[in-house]
Amino acid sequence: MSRIIKLEVNGREVEDLVPDNLLLVDYLRERLALTGTKMGCDGGECGACTVLIDGVARLSCITLAAAADGRAVETIEGQAPGGRLSALQRAFHEHLGTQCGYCTPGMIMAAEALLRANPDPSEAEIREALGGNLCRCTGYVKIIRSVRAAAEAMA
Amino acid sequence: MKDHSTIGRPAPLVDGIEKVTGRARYTADLADRDTLTARILRSPVAHGRIVRLDTSRAEALPGVLAVVTGADCDVPYGVIPIAQNEFPLARDKVRYRGEPVAAVAAVDAGTAEAALALIALEIDPLPAHATAAEARAPDAALLHDDKPGNIEREVHHEFGSVEAGFAEADLIRDETFSCAEVHHAMMEPNATLAEYDPERARLTLHSCTQVPFYVHLAVARCLKMDTSRIRVVKPFVGGGFGHRTETLNFEIIAALLARKAGGKVLLRLSREETFLTHRGRPQTDVRLKIGMKRDGTLTAVEAEAVMAGGAYAGYGLVTILYAGALIHGLYAIENVKYDGYRVYTNTPPCGAMRGHGTVDMRHAFECLLDRMARELGLDPFDLRRANLLEAPTFTANGLMVNSYGLPEALDRVETASGWTERRGKLPRGRGLGMACSHYVSGAAKPVHWTGEPHAVVQMRLEFDGAVTVLTGASDIGQGSSTIVALAAAEVLGIDMARVRVVANDSEVTPKDNGSYSSRVTFMVGNAAIEAARALREKLILAAAEKLEADPVDVVCEGESFFIPGAAQSELPWQEVVYAALAREGTLTEKGTFRTPEKAQGGKHRGGAVGSTMGFSYGAQVVEVSVDEATGQITVEQVWSALDVGYAINPLAVEGQIEGSVWMGMAQAMSEETAWRDGLHAHANMLDYRFPTIAESPPVEVHIVESIDPLGPFGAKEAGEGALSGFPPALVNAVADALGLDVNFLPVTPDRLLEALIKWRRAQKRAGGAS
Repeated sequence: MSRIIKLEVNGREVEDLVPDNLLLVDYLRERLALTGTKMGCDGGECGACTVLIDGVARLSCITLAAAADGRAVETIEGQAPGGRLSALQRAFHEHLGTQCGYCTPGMIMAAEALLRANPDPSEAEIREALGGNLCRCTGYVKIIRSVRAAAEAMA
Repeated sequence: MKDHSTIGRPAPLVDGIEKVTGRARYTADLADRDTLTARILRSPVAHGRIVRLDTSRAEALPGVLAVVTGADCDVPYGVIPIAQNEFPLARDKVRYRGEPVAAVAAVDAGTAEAALALIALEIDPLPAHATAAEARAPDAALLHDDKPGNIEREVHHEFGSVEAGFAEADLIRDETFSCAEVHHAMMEPNATLAEYDPERARLTLHSCTQVPFYVHLAVARCLKMDTSRIRVVKPFVGGGFGHRTETLNFEIIAALLARKAGGKVLLRLSREETFLTHRGRPQTDVRLKIGMKRDGTLTAVEAEAVMAGGAYAGYGLVTILYAGALIHGLYAIENVKYDGYRVYTNTPPCGAMRGHGTVDMRHAFECLLDRMARELGLDPFDLRRANLLEAPTFTANGLMVNSYGLPEALDRVETASGWTERRGKLPRGRGLGMACSHYVSGAAKPVHWTGEPHAVVQMRLEFDGAVTVLTGASDIGQGSSTIVALAAAEVLGIDMARVRVVANDSEVTPKDNGSYSSRVTFMVGNAAIEAARALREKLILAAAEKLEADPVDVVCEGESFFIPGAAQSELPWQEVVYAALAREGTLTEKGTFRTPEKAQGGKHRGGAVGSTMGFSYGAQVVEVSVDEATGQITVEQVWSALDVGYAINPLAVEGQIEGSVWMGMAQAMSEETAWRDGLHAHANMLDYRFPTIAESPPVEVHIVESIDPLGPFGAKEAGEGALSGFPPALVNAVADALGLDVNFLPVTPDRLLEALIKWRRAQKRAGGAS
């Protein structure tokens, strides 16, 4: 079965016919060509596919596209309006919060959700908020520094 | 040290903006709407003979464009030219559970999966052996008929005389250590996009590899194609850590499917399948015997390593050689005996993993050193200092050491951690441990020995004033493209924004062996410097002509050319570019790097493994607290000093050290594969446990710069050397915290608790008896 969904993706209204079992990550990547959202595992393990749904960090690999009907979805591609990096994107770039870059979109989206809710998080709060986002390159040291730097830049 | 204008200060990655905006495209991001989807049928048993494989029903399914089996490729592959015994799809026999048997390309995933279900596969099971001990048993079934005893490779080396060395020793200790198998678990699952044009008989591959050149060679051999008809492109790659330092079965399978389908195929493996591709660090048992004098001076080392290597050769012989070779190179030791056994087992093939071959042996070595220091009443730092090398020198097995920052690394972490004041004074359950480590900056002899230079970089001066750098160096996140750009900007005295790096497209970039053995900064960096110098020479000649000056007087700096102190005005970069192009048209210069003969290791069999132009040297202190009720270890802080020769990009060097320390921690505390009846029981990111951000400690990095005489700007490797220091420093810290020595990795809470309970019982019994 398929159904028509209407949603907002990175500020744009989209209307689409989607199969009921289509995952949001596949919808974003394959239908909308928003390949910045990554799959790093077989479902719900690594956080690489994190997007914001109505401002809340969600795993798009265990969310149905149909469940995004009527909601606002934000992905990494929507974070640099006019091509200018967001505070988090700039901090991850300048402080080497990204190495191979594969976990980065999900990591930045999870951090974005954190900073919107808590603009001045402590190190412990950053650790808690990003606990579901795995990284194999950085040892997380520079990820924590990047999130702190973004918070300071936005203050 | 001469001042540099560009290098030596923190530089963000040249491709960082793509990564933070989601514009970076990895292999699986490159598929378009008409790309076919591929799936692999894998062996459900760990060892057996294929008695029936019928794909006719799958082929007949509408929407299926190609089905391939072992019959489609009869050429074995393997990264070591003398040890190629693997087929991309099993022929006759399967040797591990999950080995590819057949593959399908179809219009969509559902059709491909339905087609797999229609393939009839019957296998006569044979006894399967998951451990080295089982596989070495006298009655064990053989994995390969030409390998009696399931021994893939034996190594027996002796340098000096261990007999004489042990005779001189005041203390001799002998212990056995067991280290679990670990896997890279890089974040990007494996993927290859293969496109075949039947009209031109040309194949294009985009693949998540560290070694596009090796992929090019292996695919050409397996598909019996001329190498000139193949193009290999490495897009953005989501990490590697050694998993991707050899051609992997899925890359060849994707190529076979694309050719058969006459189109474009994306083969993206699941995370479980990526685990099954394995190539990680083998389960290793190390028996180690060390002799030393009362003052801590080492007199003899006798080591044996047994590795459960998996079902095929892969990098196995290099791994087993590395474990012995890099006993040397860290301390002054003259008498060393090494016996290594690489064993075939019915598990996915092991391979290279960060710190290739050296980590488990270094773990045993540094743990045993600490225990002997304790017996002799020596401080662990002083024990290491009693055995320092004096560079320049050659080790007993012929390894060249030109620069040696270990003494400074020791001083730095000893001071930073407050070792002298704090050790022994911490409350019970809290402890400090230390260890040293080292790693090569590129293997001085490549796997594919062709006689060519190890690295070639081309640099092209463009009419618009830009400099295009063409390199085959594979950036997998470590920042190699940034290093190449920095070298060009530094030598030419220009802004980084003028430099464009084009990397890893066999159609346009020069061949490069790839990203492994921490070779890229050293080799490609040197080649980039040479290319930039050649280009600078041309520019200086053109500038000298305009300035009517002797070229030796012309300085090229800050995007201009001038004669210091002279009356002539400066010539801006662009004006000199026009002048240089007017002389001879488009300018392309080349730089190469060859390894010096004396760096190529000893003359004994296997002597090339471990040989390098320079070693990184690390010292590390780990502080832990241990909950004795649960066995849970918390790493409170790590101090890690690494001699990287010179930090061309200190930001990336820090990132590499933090990441490798962390990966060492993950191996030490939680990572392990697990095989149940040949089935991988940890083939996901939750059961294969590694620390999340919540459990990862602060790492204080100390960069030591010994300025290597052969390194690019004095640099050496930075991405591997710190890893192998962590596991022994952790185990030594646990010993300091509790008084208990453990001889296994990983030190998980359940294992530590069990060891604690046994230890307490033994203490009680001993107490009761006295």
